[in-house]
Amino acid sequence: MWSVARDLFRYNRGFAAGACILAVLIVYALLSLLSPYDPADAFVVPPDIPPGADFWLGTNSRGQDMFWILSVALRNTMLFGLAVAIVSRAVALTVGMMAGYFGGWVDRALTMLIDTFIAIPMFPVLVLFYFMIKDNLSWASLVLVMALLGWAYDARLIRSIALSLRTREFTRHAQFAGMGTRDILFEEHLPYVLPVLFSTTMNNMIWSIGLEITLAVLGFSDIDTPTIGTTIYWANQHSAMTTGTWWWILFPVAAVLLVFIGLFLLSVGMNEYIDPRSRLDRLRA
Amino acid sequence: MRAYLIFVLRRFVQFLAVLFLAITAVFFITHLTPNDPVEQTLARINSGMANSPEVVAEMRRTLTELYGLQGSLWEQYVEYWQRMARGDLGPSLSAFPAPVTSLVARAAPWTAGLLVTSTVIAWTLGNLLGGLAGYYRQNRLLKAAEIAAMGLQPIPYYVLAFVLLILFGYVWPILPITGAYVMNRDLSFSLSLVLDVLRHSILPAVSLILVGIGGWFIGMRALVSNLVTEDYVLYAELGGVDRGRILRSYVMRNALMPQITGLAMNLGAIFSGTVITEEVYGYPGMGKLLVDGVNSGDYSLVLGVAVMSILGVAAAVFLVDILYPLLDPRVRLG
Repeated sequence: MWSVARDLFRYNRGFAAGACILAVLIVYALLSLLSPYDPADAFVVPPDIPPGADFWLGTNSRGQDMFWILSVALRNTMLFGLAVAIVSRAVALTVGMMAGYFGGWVDRALTMLIDTFIAIPMFPVLVLFYFMIKDNLSWASLVLVMALLGWAYDARLIRSIALSLRTREFTRHAQFAGMGTRDILFEEHLPYVLPVLFSTTMNNMIWSIGLEITLAVLGFSDIDTPTIGTTIYWANQHSAMTTGTWWWILFPVAAVLLVFIGLFLLSVGMNEYIDPRSRLDRLRA
Repeated sequence: MRAYLIFVLRRFVQFLAVLFLAITAVFFITHLTPNDPVEQTLARINSGMANSPEVVAEMRRTLTELYGLQGSLWEQYVEYWQRMARGDLGPSLSAFPAPVTSLVARAAPWTAGLLVTSTVIAWTLGNLLGGLAGYYRQNRLLKAAEIAAMGLQPIPYYVLAFVLLILFGYVWPILPITGAYVMNRDLSFSLSLVLDVLRHSILPAVSLILVGIGGWFIGMRALVSNLVTEDYVLYAELGGVDRGRILRSYVMRNALMPQITGLAMNLGAIFSGTVITEEVYGYPGMGKLLVDGVNSGDYSLVLGVAVMSILGVAAAVFLVDILYPLLDPRVRLG
């Protein structure tokens, strides 16, 4: 796995660019650990100062230094995406690999479940969930709900790979040699699924971060935890656009666009590794 | 024909299964979460008012009945399905006594219009350009289009709509950024109304199209660039078949089929995106209804919009699914 990433970094310009963008963002997010202010505190610096030498990204109307607030927000947003991705990968992997490996009625039942989750429009369901929980909505419960809604598309992809592995010679050898089902799935099949798992992780993070921002900007999340979404929410609450504090909107939007572009470039690079035909395609072009 | 009917029937059973599972999931979200909608509504109604305990008790009883929350969980579940079967989603509290179904019926055409128009445009344009880009790989213009498509594709609906709103609302205000028509205008049918509605729909539609087009473009380009290496395409080229015709009838037609499946699989996500975009532009569709419902604490309305969204999307997926074999003669039925 590491050698694949290293080769991609060396020979795939898109992948390298994505990795660099994300590396910079991660370093910036980690700086939040050194922040001189508590992100929950307001009016620690003079409000509404445009970007300059003293405050690189300006300060907002709540008297917070944008540089440090954005750093915390970026960390929380990226952690959120990662947490959703990890939990939903676990579900997608289990369901997808079981459906593909067992086939028959197990496959039919699980495929039905997958198709149901694909057809559910997430946004109204998430809003309904927020409506029922309101102030009790915690970071962890939102992660859990998003993960339980967002696994289906990738489970379908993993199922199709597992389906093709099932009839391969080495699977039968393993079965005849008396290897348990769990061992076959984890030791024999998982390595084939890993590249796809990686690229779906990136796409899933893009999806969950996008939805989190949407919910937060509407005020449908825990608005006291700084994330990119809640930063834009507070900017809207103080009508940042009309009062001229454009830096309060521009920097969070720019930061999140960079996150998306970085993740997307990584996933495209990984897909090119998975599908060698597109690599040939690049050589020809 | 008989085989096709069996196929439709099987799809219909699946459609019912999706509805059953999804609407059951909604039931559990609303019934197993800690907040009680009755107490929430009571708190909202009684804030700033001194009602006698008897009146409050009476209200609590009425609301519990109205929301279908009396009895055991199982009884509530049965009654929930009875209401669904009757199409009765209860009255909306914020627009009392209008029933939720009539509010949804008023909002749904706006969402459907926006969704269908923008999806058709994004799908057609994305596939056309993607197909051309996959076939004429040396073309500079198409390469630029590819980079643009890849840049736009990962941006979520909300962020792109928001960026366009800022650009056309504050930086260069030439388009209306809110509503579906000029406020308080005469809504009787006329040419000026049509033009007004069109003008107001430009920004939401463009934002939906820009997000949507990239995915179709990239998918189609990959499909076509794989297909052109097939022997039958090489054979057609050697046989001197016109290149345009090869692309149209030999390559694109084959590649379109997975894209139709893709459309069916993405409808749920596209619907969510439309709803989100509506909210940004204050478009009077399901999205605005949903958010207004949350902000006014209207339990029946939020539940109703969620259920109707699931129904609408599932029905649309079913329609695309049963059209598929009519378009692809290779699909064996039976």
